[in-house]
Amino acid sequence: MLDSTPKEIIERKGGMINPAKTCQPIGAMYAALGIHKCLPHSHGSQGCCSYHRMHLTRHFRDPVMASTSSFTEGASVFGGVANLKTAIKNVFSIYNPDVMAVHTTCLSETIGDDIPKIIKTSEVPEGKLVIHTNTPSYQGSHITGFSNMTKSMVSYLCEVTKEVKEERVNLIPGFINPSDMREIKRLTKLMGIDFIMFPDTSGVLDTPMTGEFIMYPAGGTKIEDIREAGNSKVTLALGSYASSDAANTLERKCKVPAFTMKTPIGIKATDELIMMLRQKFTQEVPYELEEERGQLVDIMTDNHFQFHGKKVAVFGDPDIVVAMTEFLLDLGMLPVHVLTGTPGMTIGVSVGNFEAEIKAMLDEAGVKGRVKAAGDLFELHQWIKNEPVDLLIGNTYGKYIARAEDLPFVRVGFPVLDRSVHSYFPIVGYKGAMRLLEMITNALLERQDRDASDEDFELVM
Amino acid sequence: MQAIKLTDALIEERKNSITVKGSVEAKQKQSLTCDAESVAGCVSQRACVYCGARVVLNPVTDAIHLVHGPIGCSSYTWDIRGSLSSAADLYRNSFCTDLKEHDIIFGGEKKLAFAIDELVRKYDSRLVFVYSTCVVGVIGDDLEAVCKAAAEKHNIEVIPVQSSGFIGNKSAGYRAACDSLLRLIEPNSGDVKDIVKIPDSINYLGDFNLAGEVWIIKSYLEQIGVKVNVAFTGDSHCDALKKAPAAALNIVQCAGSMRYLAQKMEEIYDIPCLNISFIGLQDTADSLRKIADWFSNEAMLKRAEKLIEKKTAEVKPLLRNYRKKLEGKKAAIFVGGGFKAVSLIKQFKEIGIDVVMVGTQTGSQEEYETINDLADEGTVILDDANPSELEKFMTEKGADLLVGGVKERPLAYKLGMAFIDHNHDRKHPLSGFVGAVNFAKEVYSTVCSPVWKYAKD
Repeated sequence: MLDSTPKEIIERKGGMINPAKTCQPIGAMYAALGIHKCLPHSHGSQGCCSYHRMHLTRHFRDPVMASTSSFTEGASVFGGVANLKTAIKNVFSIYNPDVMAVHTTCLSETIGDDIPKIIKTSEVPEGKLVIHTNTPSYQGSHITGFSNMTKSMVSYLCEVTKEVKEERVNLIPGFINPSDMREIKRLTKLMGIDFIMFPDTSGVLDTPMTGEFIMYPAGGTKIEDIREAGNSKVTLALGSYASSDAANTLERKCKVPAFTMKTPIGIKATDELIMMLRQKFTQEVPYELEEERGQLVDIMTDNHFQFHGKKVAVFGDPDIVVAMTEFLLDLGMLPVHVLTGTPGMTIGVSVGNFEAEIKAMLDEAGVKGRVKAAGDLFELHQWIKNEPVDLLIGNTYGKYIARAEDLPFVRVGFPVLDRSVHSYFPIVGYKGAMRLLEMITNALLERQDRDASDEDFELVM
Repeated sequence: MQAIKLTDALIEERKNSITVKGSVEAKQKQSLTCDAESVAGCVSQRACVYCGARVVLNPVTDAIHLVHGPIGCSSYTWDIRGSLSSAADLYRNSFCTDLKEHDIIFGGEKKLAFAIDELVRKYDSRLVFVYSTCVVGVIGDDLEAVCKAAAEKHNIEVIPVQSSGFIGNKSAGYRAACDSLLRLIEPNSGDVKDIVKIPDSINYLGDFNLAGEVWIIKSYLEQIGVKVNVAFTGDSHCDALKKAPAAALNIVQCAGSMRYLAQKMEEIYDIPCLNISFIGLQDTADSLRKIADWFSNEAMLKRAEKLIEKKTAEVKPLLRNYRKKLEGKKAAIFVGGGFKAVSLIKQFKEIGIDVVMVGTQTGSQEEYETINDLADEGTVILDDANPSELEKFMTEKGADLLVGGVKERPLAYKLGMAFIDHNHDRKHPLSGFVGAVNFAKEVYSTVCSPVWKYAKD
């Protein structure tokens, strides 16, 4: 059942089979939700907005609000100017956000609506803002869309208002869960460093139960904080694909030096983040963090033998997969198949060469593996058929491969649609690394238990 | 009954899409505005034309469902529904031409032809549906021509689905899907008049075999002596669909998506049609009688009565127990089609629950009239609602429970309100006698969960 992938590798030119990515607008919508009192707005047909809200709702299990220009045949022939103008008027009079974040769809991009011009000639109430980004779905992926909206936050909002830069770091976290954003903030706080994180979906997509539906929850980066980011001393872009464009734009616009780092998944990437913070702000690393790191190394030691030499296939969003691959190598595992759906060197993303970066890591570790950007899960499945693995790591869509090949499967990334609670626990930082180790060991040990014959079955492992 | 003023917090343009049964305003109004375009800038719960077409066609199990468009359209609809299959499972893959900027500028026809060639070579399928998305509609790729050429080249069926997202709402997508199905079942040779009808046979329209619902209904029909020729489209396949014109009768479950197809089949193949519903105890029993009646077959009618009696006896005591726990609770409904809303009102009545709000994304005028007839005085009835409206009316009417789809679930929960899914995300059947029990059980487990004690504090 559900195994329609042949083993024989086939050259293909005609599109995707079982994609490992989705389209730009959902990334833009997710980023926009990370601004406090912001209503994301989809300039296109209703379906796009509906799908994006549905997909995000399934992943986060929290309400996701966004409005749409509700394009019809008329709008697609004569342009969506009237629709967007009406939408701007309606959004502020009905939903009263502080800011409306417009993103385009493939439809409005193709007919060529000039969004900045429409915004300029629309009636935006005093004190309210409309920002926009271009996110044609036929370019890049949801990660590019996230990057584009984050960059627009900088272009529209960040300013230099002070002569001397503040002792403060800007953190651009990338397309990760609210819990991950919380964890990065906690680490920075522990280092005793003042920060501005944007976008920040914590407190927006992991809200507490209050018995009320709140259109604009307490979380999200405040507009004034995004503005203030222009006065910070340094910007750390976590993940080159999702964050570096915004950081580089900020450097150009407000002379805030930008440093692109890995998403802090695993011990090495977390060390690098902590060291960077320590170095830039001459802070001592507190004992609490050293203790956490020590615990992580302890867990790695306790379990190293079961990781060693195990073959892994990992897929998903490039920033997560890059850091994950590094961590797997640190565990002595062999990431032999590494794939992302997002194209490498994407238009709109200035840095990031997925294939080269992974290849370099594998070469250094002496691991022979396959790497691909802009790949799909059909291809990954073919690779696995030709060179089987012990473990699969990726988003929910991997479950078809895991079932067909009877593989232990760890769900990481976006979207995870078939498991609950995941978005409340981080995978970044030392604590996140511990959690990843728990998931990986449990998956491997459960398999061992399942496969053990009666005489080999034991209480202790 | 609590009075509701429609003027609070509502968009002027939306006023005619909302009514309260029995209110002064309702009496002054001609009728509810529905089947209209959504207001720009609303947080609409509606989906698009492509979505409508995809949900109707996707359950055809042995077809290659190829989305001609950018990646998102295919990603979000990959295995979108829990439509089960008894054999082929090709339909559960996500095939997409993954259009890029280059294709938008120079046209995507070549890439589409390539994709069809590759897929047909790779998979043993005799049927390809090619879905048009928004951007394809705008750049004007000639889907007809590409599909025709591919069909001739490979000697299989390659059928375009004209489902560009902006040409209307979900209903237009249902229609596009039905048009494609009509093209599939059209006989290549011979006269329509020569088709030999299979006695006591039906086509079962508008069931997508979510959680195996088609199988349940099929078993009832077979037990009373009705032969199910083909179901549209749950657990169907190319060959079975092509034999559809041989049925003596069409029965229609989901009217929103399939009424059009039934009408067309009546015109072209002279197959009469019956509206039925297998949702809820009463509707299921009535529908079985209605079908047996139509065949005016005494033996069939007897078998139907026997089946109804046996099954009712099995489920009645269970439903009675749930009813005891649920009596007097209030439910709000917000679902895709009007047909489902009608069935749900009846089903809630069976378990002692009052319906205080009824809304749909794409209900028709006729369906809203039926809803109005069935609803109690004071019930809020609304078309194409947005979350703020849902919140307002559910709170004001003191609903204990919302029935809806994916996006409405967390909204209800945040309000400390119980929720049941009558859409894509459920894993158990809600049709037939067994479905009536599942429904009551699901309502009970959510309404009577201890969690609300903490949520509402």
